[in-house]
Amino acid sequence: MSRLDVRKTYKLYIGGKFPRSESGRSYPALDKDGEVLARVAQGSRKDLRDAVRIARGAQSSWAGRTGYNRGQILYRIAETLEDRSGTFVEQLMATGSTKKQATDEVAAAIDRMVWYAGWPDKFAQIYGNLNPVAGPFFNISSPEATGVVGVIAPEQPGLLGLVSRLAPVLVPGNTVVLLASESNPMPAITFTEVLDTSDVPGGVVNVLTGFKDELIPFLADHMDVNAIDAGGASSEQAQRVQEGAVHNVKRVLLPGQGVAEQSPYRIAAFTETKTVWHPKGV
Amino acid sequence: MTLAPARTSILPDRITTPTLRTFIRGVTSVDEVGAAERVAALSKRSIKRESKRAALDLIIRMMDLTTLEGKDTPGKVIQLSAKAVRPDPTDPTIPSVAAVCVYPAMVPYVVQATEGTGIHVASVATYFPSGQVDTKLKVQETRDVVAAGADEVDMVIDRGAFLSGEYFKVFDEVRRTKEAAGDAHLKVILETGELETLDNVRRASMLAMAAGADFIKTSTGKVSPAAKLDVTLVMLEAIRDFHDATGVKVGMKPAGGVRTSKDAMKYLLVLNETLGEGWMTPDWFRFGASSLLNDVLMQIRWLETGRYASPDYFTKD
Repeated sequence: MSRLDVRKTYKLYIGGKFPRSESGRSYPALDKDGEVLARVAQGSRKDLRDAVRIARGAQSSWAGRTGYNRGQILYRIAETLEDRSGTFVEQLMATGSTKKQATDEVAAAIDRMVWYAGWPDKFAQIYGNLNPVAGPFFNISSPEATGVVGVIAPEQPGLLGLVSRLAPVLVPGNTVVLLASESNPMPAITFTEVLDTSDVPGGVVNVLTGFKDELIPFLADHMDVNAIDAGGASSEQAQRVQEGAVHNVKRVLLPGQGVAEQSPYRIAAFTETKTVWHPKGV
Repeated sequence: MTLAPARTSILPDRITTPTLRTFIRGVTSVDEVGAAERVAALSKRSIKRESKRAALDLIIRMMDLTTLEGKDTPGKVIQLSAKAVRPDPTDPTIPSVAAVCVYPAMVPYVVQATEGTGIHVASVATYFPSGQVDTKLKVQETRDVVAAGADEVDMVIDRGAFLSGEYFKVFDEVRRTKEAAGDAHLKVILETGELETLDNVRRASMLAMAAGADFIKTSTGKVSPAAKLDVTLVMLEAIRDFHDATGVKVGMKPAGGVRTSKDAMKYLLVLNETLGEGWMTPDWFRFGASSLLNDVLMQIRWLETGRYASPDYFTKD
């Protein structure tokens, strides 16, 4: 006797929980042959609004942890990714990767996470400075998290693209609202399960699946979002992001802006510089 | 000890401990499951965009902007009063709130800061929030805050006395506080979070109204749970029944725990469904709140700009 299929319900990831979209909508994720792989939640603007509110609530305590601790947690994500690598390989193959391509992509994603896991307690040494000033003061600049960052994940590669955009934003203590790949959302959803079992505090990373054209305007316009990595936006979408960003002067990292995927400049793109003056010789 | 009736015909001519007890026992009981279902059903109503803006304005006009903290200072209270007058300095179309509600020591500063604006000055009294002192001190405090310029007094009932069946004591205190308050509006805080059951909420509401309350109010905000929708429904129904029996109109003030516009709109819905339009004004319904105002302002900004707002762009106090 054959078993009944145990089909999984794919949901959003907001505040460390897996809610359905408040809209109740879903859309089909297709495999390489155009067959329905699964139905995934189609997030709405209200889901986005909730995610931003929760990301804001989680931001100060995430940034308040020591860099060392954030590094530990990012490394833990890499460990759990390694654990789930089989699932990721399967999902990538279902959407058209060969076995070798899929295995390589998963390995690269894990390695990239490990690479960024080294940075939280080191980036300030590079981007901070003791500035020479004409007066009896120490003048010290140090980088701090920007706040809540919207990340528009690229459509492809499904896993590596996501990890490469997400990890550098988390390093300095930003919290994230991430719009997953629309055409290949499965790796992003599995990745939320990795996050959920990796000591990442609830609300630090929030992942929405759905239609980018529908969600991007509300993300771009949101006054409580401080920066957007538009790496996965089409040129029209990137334009929309820039238009929305003017209202509260969001930092925007555009696709093809020439910042390598594995680079400390990617971390610096989502920081603010704080400078303090301290009297000398007292 | 006997008292003359405060103002109602539902009590006998001479009020004594036994007559009060009979009166309280005669208050019909509440269907808790039914109340929960009713508010759950009302909460699901959708409110259309055009109505929303009107509702948000009304919520502001109904608001008792409150600060009741041990760390309150004249500076903070003056700042809060300025916010009460002009909630959003960038948008003059937004109305002022109904009142500023503070501790007795802060009343003179609010009086000064809101002079000529039509904003009411509310003070808590009767040794808020516990009310655990002798009646004469409570009465004296009430006189003092009215003399200092408060035109609304928020008193607390003695919950201990109520729960142990000393209804006469509670009745007497409300009545004497009402006398001491004179022309000032008296809001009676039942502290429903400490009354344990909805039956008790209904009884305490009736008792407070019979004793002369102008408003009944859910909570001090110092006890959890504070205002809840089902409790509010029960109190509104008590107001309706009291009005039917005596013709006397009493106001309602949920306080504490109403933090979002969405929540506040649910209260308006329940109000409109229970008491109707006659109560949909700041004269008969108030929200006791501090953080609610910013959320309402943010909602208005969202409706006007189409962009979700950020708390960074609104004053904190």
